[in-house]
Amino acid sequence: MSAFLLRRLAISIPTLLIVTMLVFGLQQLLPGDPALALSGEERDPAVLAAIRAEYHLDRPVPVQYAFWLGGALHGDLGISLKSNQPVTELVLAKLPVTAELAGFAMLVALAIGIPAGVISAVKRDSVWDHIANVIGLSGLSIPHFWLGIMLILLVSVQWGLLPPGGFVSPADSLTDNLAGMIMPALVLGGGVAAMMMRHTRSAMLGTLRSDYVRTARAKGLLERTVVIKHALRNALIPIVTLGALALGELLSGAVLTESVFNIPGFGKLVVDAVFNRDYAVVQGVVLFTASAYILLNLCADMAYCLINPRMRG
Amino acid sequence: MRYGRLGMMAAALALMASGPIAAQTLRIGLAEDPDALDPDQARTFVGRIVFAGLCDKLIDYDEKLAFKPQLATAWKWSEDQKSITFSLRPNVKFHDGERFDAEAVKFNIERKQTLPESRRKSEISEIVGVDVIDPLTVRLDLSKPFAPLLAALADRAGMMLSPKAAKAAGAGFANHPVCAGPYKFVERIAQDRIVLERFADYWNKDAFALERVVYQPISDSTVRLANLQGGNLDMIERLAPTDIEAARQDRRLKVAEVTSLAYQSITINVANGARSKTPLGEDPRVREALELSIDRDALNQVVFNGAFLPGNQPVPPESLYYDAATPIPQRDVAKAKQLLAAAGQPNPTVDLMVPNTSEDQAVAQVLQSMAQEAGIALKLSVIEFATALQEETKGNFEAFLIGWSGRIDPDGNLYNFQHSTGALNYAKYRNADVDRLLDQARTTLDDGARAKLYAQAAQSYLADRHIIYLYHRKWLFAMSSKLQGFVPNPDGLIRLAGLTLQ
Repeated sequence: MSAFLLRRLAISIPTLLIVTMLVFGLQQLLPGDPALALSGEERDPAVLAAIRAEYHLDRPVPVQYAFWLGGALHGDLGISLKSNQPVTELVLAKLPVTAELAGFAMLVALAIGIPAGVISAVKRDSVWDHIANVIGLSGLSIPHFWLGIMLILLVSVQWGLLPPGGFVSPADSLTDNLAGMIMPALVLGGGVAAMMMRHTRSAMLGTLRSDYVRTARAKGLLERTVVIKHALRNALIPIVTLGALALGELLSGAVLTESVFNIPGFGKLVVDAVFNRDYAVVQGVVLFTASAYILLNLCADMAYCLINPRMRG
Repeated sequence: MRYGRLGMMAAALALMASGPIAAQTLRIGLAEDPDALDPDQARTFVGRIVFAGLCDKLIDYDEKLAFKPQLATAWKWSEDQKSITFSLRPNVKFHDGERFDAEAVKFNIERKQTLPESRRKSEISEIVGVDVIDPLTVRLDLSKPFAPLLAALADRAGMMLSPKAAKAAGAGFANHPVCAGPYKFVERIAQDRIVLERFADYWNKDAFALERVVYQPISDSTVRLANLQGGNLDMIERLAPTDIEAARQDRRLKVAEVTSLAYQSITINVANGARSKTPLGEDPRVREALELSIDRDALNQVVFNGAFLPGNQPVPPESLYYDAATPIPQRDVAKAKQLLAAAGQPNPTVDLMVPNTSEDQAVAQVLQSMAQEAGIALKLSVIEFATALQEETKGNFEAFLIGWSGRIDPDGNLYNFQHSTGALNYAKYRNADVDRLLDQARTTLDDGARAKLYAQAAQSYLADRHIIYLYHRKWLFAMSSKLQGFVPNPDGLIRLAGLTLQ
């Protein structure tokens, strides 16, 4: 197991290098000059020249990448062209916010998606199955932006029950922090829950039809035991992969949900950075999210071993 | 509890029991996240909103755009108009306790001129020397008389930073700005909030009742308004024109508006490279036909519910510098067709570059259908803003729907675009008469005489039509009905003096 882990970690280093190189290169293909995007309305030529020199924008792309990589190896991800704040600081400030939102959204997704998937598989073609399917399909197809605004208008503006958005640090007020997370986590987690539900349902349908489940039933085990201990456990493997991917996606920032609820996470950071051609920030976020993906996939691999003893090797 | 009805009732009960709450926090929703909080490096409009609370300037101006004292109590031009002497306010302190004096002014002007990252260099390039006459008197020497100087010193170029803090922080000053404004910097969380706190040693502290000010960037205007309605904010800037009615009907809210210094226009490439070689770029009659095809009132009604102000010049009709002899032309499709026929171009096609905001696209679509009736086919190229700017710089456009946020001195709305050497004259417009008049206006200090020069220049450039002005936006603010004392200013900034939350 440890040899396996080491091998996986060793592979992740070139992966990260290639990802950052790709993103750096792709950013150069974007039309629009970062100096122009940043110089303000006046577009003063002296200012443009100063910005280009300051951020090495006047150097060839490989040299720019080398500057960035050299800094990154020393833990310095550069300075935001827009706000002059260090990128490391920006990323670290957004990390807990995005992590909390992703965590709650995942909780919503798991709490709704898996039970709903199990129920609709077990009670196939029943009313419950159809209801779950309709809700699941709506969850997948309703745009987050619209759902978010509707929730704000109803719950916050009409009823005054929850804050319409913003982020309160749990250190300042835990209740305000949690109150602010409810709607965004529901909106964000709802979509993932729908996906989870669909996958759990089909995986469960597969395992429920398998021989060992029939054997378990034949032994006279309780239906609940058969479904949860025997069928669900095996059905979980694809769900874990899916969950890891979904969590990785949530961690890379949910742009629309964050903008509707005005939550200062990665999504807003990276979208603003792209429009401002703030390359250093884009690179910093990409480096982080790529690492998170790699790490989560590693965790998923380890989780397989826990769920399925045959994979422990 | 802060948000529930129960919470509000509890708060109301507590209020009745304990009287007015002393510590007041004003939460303002901004349309964008400001850039660097260093007045010498800053570039964005929203940044100036924050500076209005954070950094005092040598001079300020009121809502009629008349200059008034701030850190300088008086100023006087010399006989030859090549120097100006400022008397400084005594007993002024920076947020770090340092004293504000003539030496501090000298340091600040020099920082603005020499800091490599300074964005203020071109605004005060006429200043060739700063003389400290005594601790409270300072003289600026100019290379030539320069009327727009006062306006520059009433904005970021006139903001004074603590020399001690600025020396210590260098270009990193933005992460912890130290100025001499009514509020001092507490913290900034990028894209989330900027927090300021009342400065106890401010020279005019009695005018400021609010204890704290929190600026929160929320880019979507619907979400910004929902946050105001939901009680998460006390005030928002740039309310969407289409939301005015909703905000007016909400009893918890009120709306304030003022005509801005900004304009929106179509800039036409008349001489910048190959793409100026079009009927529109080469023949003023085609440009006139395009202007005559436009009904500015209808445009304003359709896109902005009539909330903005139609215009045909770089300054709004109510300005002292508006040329009254050239009013907004009425739409005249028949005449437009005649002009096109005379030009031998009855059905010209024009490529109009449009930034990809919903507002700009809506304006462009209305223009398109109006031009169509006169026989002009407007082809819309919708492009993301940063890319559009680059195309404009390269001359790769026929016509560009772009505006300008406006400056309090008319020179700021004119020189860059109308003068042949103007930095933003990407249309490459050149008219010797206009050049001469604009240069003369820069060195003329008398308002009346300047207005005459600008009116004369307008006669020429409005006939040449390399820019067709369309409308002036209004600054629209929505705020909680509990907020008292707000006076909107044409510059769109939020001045905090006199504001109270009842």
